[in-house]
Amino acid sequence: MAWTWFHRFASPPHVYRLAARLTPWFAWPAALCIAAGLWGGLVLAPPDYQQGDGVRILYVHAPSAWMSLMVYTTMAVAAAIGLIWRIKVAHAVAASCAPIGASFTFAALVTGALWGEPMWGTYWEWDPRLTSELVLLFLYLGYMGLRAGIEDTQRADRASAVLAVVGVVNVPIIHYSVTWWNSLHQAPSVMRMDKPAMPPSMLLPLLLMLLGFTLLFVALLLVRLRGEVLARERAASWIREVVSV
Amino acid sequence: MSSFFDMGGYAAFVWPAYAVTLAVVFLNVFWARRALARSRAEARRRLQMQGEPS
Repeated sequence: MAWTWFHRFASPPHVYRLAARLTPWFAWPAALCIAAGLWGGLVLAPPDYQQGDGVRILYVHAPSAWMSLMVYTTMAVAAAIGLIWRIKVAHAVAASCAPIGASFTFAALVTGALWGEPMWGTYWEWDPRLTSELVLLFLYLGYMGLRAGIEDTQRADRASAVLAVVGVVNVPIIHYSVTWWNSLHQAPSVMRMDKPAMPPSMLLPLLLMLLGFTLLFVALLLVRLRGEVLARERAASWIREVVSV
Repeated sequence: MSSFFDMGGYAAFVWPAYAVTLAVVFLNVFWARRALARSRAEARRRLQMQGEPS
């Protein structure tokens, strides 16, 4: 039966052990991809014909921004699953996502500012893309603040899940902000229907960084998830097995 | 080599951008491991309070 498989999969001891086993399979490839991506972005990729070496900020800015959106989407989906089917592990996934997403949103904003100053002549502008990304940071911080403010984990799970689900409307707003409104920010050059608007020597390091950050997210999530699962299990006997080492 | 560090005049923007991003990467690794270690210590403490051998 599909449902017995599902319940086994969502059972805390199974999740804890599986997460522990899977972590290195994501962490090491992530380290390799990021190292190769950094080398490619800083050394091998050519300077841009307009932006010169300033364009190299792309290789850290775009992956950070991608993380900020992907992590939020994961968080909202997990929160919705937790709300609908009352699955503790799903809430644990959502809670694990928030600090990861918040920190990469911060990185996206800072690297964006450092790119904006030399190219647009300003660190910050109340532009649709920049403003909606700042709102995303506040959503993450609000989510974490709400959780921290509620003592009871179950109530914290449910209240913060509602916030996460409602806030997901911001994700398409951020993504499409550059096409819907006049924005300083350039339009997508990779995630678009046409083929990517850059040569392979630039595209390859960027894809390596995007892949590396995604793998890093999974590894971080797996580590944090184990902590969140432990915190949600009070007297379960399997805990003795996994912590008494 | 010095032209690499100079980044065609964009050094003041490129290097801080890389520094901030890598700092966020390494802090995330550190924070995640610390969160797990704390949860494990807390779980161990709970077990001991219940008088169970840990």
